Amino acid sequence: MNTKLVPTPGQTVGPFYGYALPFEKDNELLAPGSPGSIRLQGTVYDGAGHTVPDAILEIWQPDAKGNVVQRTGSLVRDGYTFTGWGRGAVGNSGVFTFTTVNPGPTKPGAAPFISVALFARGLTNRLFTRIYLPEDAEALAKDPLLSSLDPERRKTLIARRDPDGGLTWDIRLQGEGETVFLDFQ
Amino acid sequence: MPEDITAELESEELVPPAEPKAAHQPLDKAIESQADLSAEINAIGEAYQQALKDGAQPETQPRLDYPPYRSSILRHPTKSLQHADPETIELYSPAFGHQDVHALESDLTIQHNGEPLGERIIVSGKVLDGEGRPVAGQLVEIWQANSSGRYIHKRDQHPAPIDPNFTGIGRCITGPDGSYRFVTIKPGAYPWKNHLNAWRPAHIHFSLFGTEFTQRIITQMYFPGDQLFPLDPIYQTIVDQDARDRLVATYDHSLTEPEWALGYNWDIVLTGPKRTWTENEAFGTAGDSSDEAGE
Repeated sequence: MNTKLVPTPGQTVGPFYGYALPFEKDNELLAPGSPGSIRLQGTVYDGAGHTVPDAILEIWQPDAKGNVVQRTGSLVRDGYTFTGWGRGAVGNSGVFTFTTVNPGPTKPGAAPFISVALFARGLTNRLFTRIYLPEDAEALAKDPLLSSLDPERRKTLIARRDPDGGLTWDIRLQGEGETVFLDFQ
Repeated sequence: MPEDITAELESEELVPPAEPKAAHQPLDKAIESQADLSAEINAIGEAYQQALKDGAQPETQPRLDYPPYRSSILRHPTKSLQHADPETIELYSPAFGHQDVHALESDLTIQHNGEPLGERIIVSGKVLDGEGRPVAGQLVEIWQANSSGRYIHKRDQHPAPIDPNFTGIGRCITGPDGSYRFVTIKPGAYPWKNHLNAWRPAHIHFSLFGTEFTQRIITQMYFPGDQLFPLDPIYQTIVDQDARDRLVATYDHSLTEPEWALGYNWDIVLTGPKRTWTENEAFGTAGDSSDEAGE
């Protein structure tokens, strides 16, 4: 029998993470231009529709075959090892960019997605969400989370495929088109 | 990492040379006072106390919607968080190891040529999951202001001195028992512009990973007895006193080292886990030599 402990509360990341959390190649899960690599890009908006210049995201995803990778080396990238995890601060225009791969389905028929943790000044606790690939309509229709959402909200979790093969996915913290954020507890 | 810090200090990210009182301009007459903010903070606190009396469950996390923290007003979701059962990738956590973090990165007082100014402290504790099990071999990152309350960051305009011997960032990998230990300098309080005469209580930012990505958390550790607690809208985003107390370290004389540094203890409890025991066994122990999991 386990005794449940009460979790420690979160707090805002604040404005001054810029010299602490970012590191070299933090947003390059693969070297840009390497075979199979894609660009994942988006913009973070606040409730007034303004871009948020002080947010930082983390993505965590399976590899292209749907394997969950458990390799170290994310903080000191060797240029070859795909660890599945990356961190990217937005620029002054609120835009974040990652170089990664399209995640594969972790089991047959599952809709592939990238897990996201979002931190920002003014955001009192981290938010979780998901970025689904747009292609497999059948898998998306069967996905337990997506099918629990009404169509307007569901759209906020599905990335757009760009002509160059990249993915675009924006975050709206509040208001019209507000991104669906997740509670796992 | 020390080389990286030196590079960082020489980069444009560094604040410009000290301009005494540059940020200490006359303030807008219309700016809100601490009394205005304290009235809002107290009203929310009283409403929460009444809700508890009426049978509400204690709140254990900060409120996303907490208007006294003005920057949160346009940055909190207005819709309820959507309940989701975590799926495969979310039930695992990225792996970090000694390739990622050098042992010396846990000592924030040896990153430059000289000793930083201020009160040398040791901050030590354990990272545990919700069942009290140690989170072993995981990444802990910290950052903080120097002893004068100044961050090495271009957006920090507080006219307090930069310490050329203190950057204020550290990392470590937890031990087999979930333990972490940092040697650092006690950070100073600093002013911010939420309202007139707003001051943050001294704190250290902590970033933590668990064994599942759903446990990911960034938070702040505070020091016992800080007189700024009742006045600070960020600390007060947590409306429950027991929950707030979980962010306050304990002075621990057994951690204090003679003729060297004062010791503080702070344990961190993550949510969950959500993964079942069978999956945990199949997964094994994450660490330096780990391989791929899943299909």
